[in-house]
Amino acid sequence: MTNSNGAKILRRFIGAILLIGVIILILIRPFPFLFYPDLPYIGFLGRAIYIIFLACTLVLYRVWRGPTGADRLVAVDALGILIVGFCAILTISTGRSWYIDIGIAWALQSFISTLALSKYLQGKGFDE
Amino acid sequence: MSNIIGLIFISVGLAFDFFGCLGLVRLPDVYNRLQAATKSVTLGTCSILFGTFLVVGFTAAGMKSLLSIIFLLLTSPVAAHAIARGAHRAGIKLWKGSIIDRYAEDKEGET
Repeated sequence: MTNSNGAKILRRFIGAILLIGVIILILIRPFPFLFYPDLPYIGFLGRAIYIIFLACTLVLYRVWRGPTGADRLVAVDALGILIVGFCAILTISTGRSWYIDIGIAWALQSFISTLALSKYLQGKGFDE
Repeated sequence: MSNIIGLIFISVGLAFDFFGCLGLVRLPDVYNRLQAATKSVTLGTCSILFGTFLVVGFTAAGMKSLLSIIFLLLTSPVAAHAIARGAHRAGIKLWKGSIIDRYAEDKEGET
């Protein structure tokens, strides 16, 4: 990718479009199947879900443009921890208790894959 | 009342998550990004899980969220240490504003 002035302006334009899109998502709250609408504080929980979407957008930017592999690995690790909090909020907002099971399984799988990929990052193979 | 305290915990955790991810984008180095991405996001997610426990109460989902807090607090430093060690051994340079590198000094004594 060229590092000219036009490419930099294009990248900042794409980033601004993504941020404005997620902020509009926070304001209007689509996808009504994510909510259980009889709760009294459902407005707060709906906005909380889209704030986590905004954080996931920032993490995916780092996965897309990491200069090295370690940056992408750090970003994937942070994404795995964010998804656990997302599943915890879905547990309250939908009233279905099996979402937290998905969170536990995702935490386990994320930890093991992070250890394996960081071992791969050393360039010495898996059996040291 | 415990619902309100739980929602306060969830909002504090959302703030920690968001600023941790902002640091992941803005900081200049792998080792600097590891600070923001691991510590801040882990604390924020643990706060969200504790708020979930306060809202849901002593049910199966609440006890599973407490179990998730313990699991995250045990495993996230291990993963961060493994990433930092792997990145340093892979030869990734530090940021030019970094002033000290203790791990390179210690590694000279190893075999």
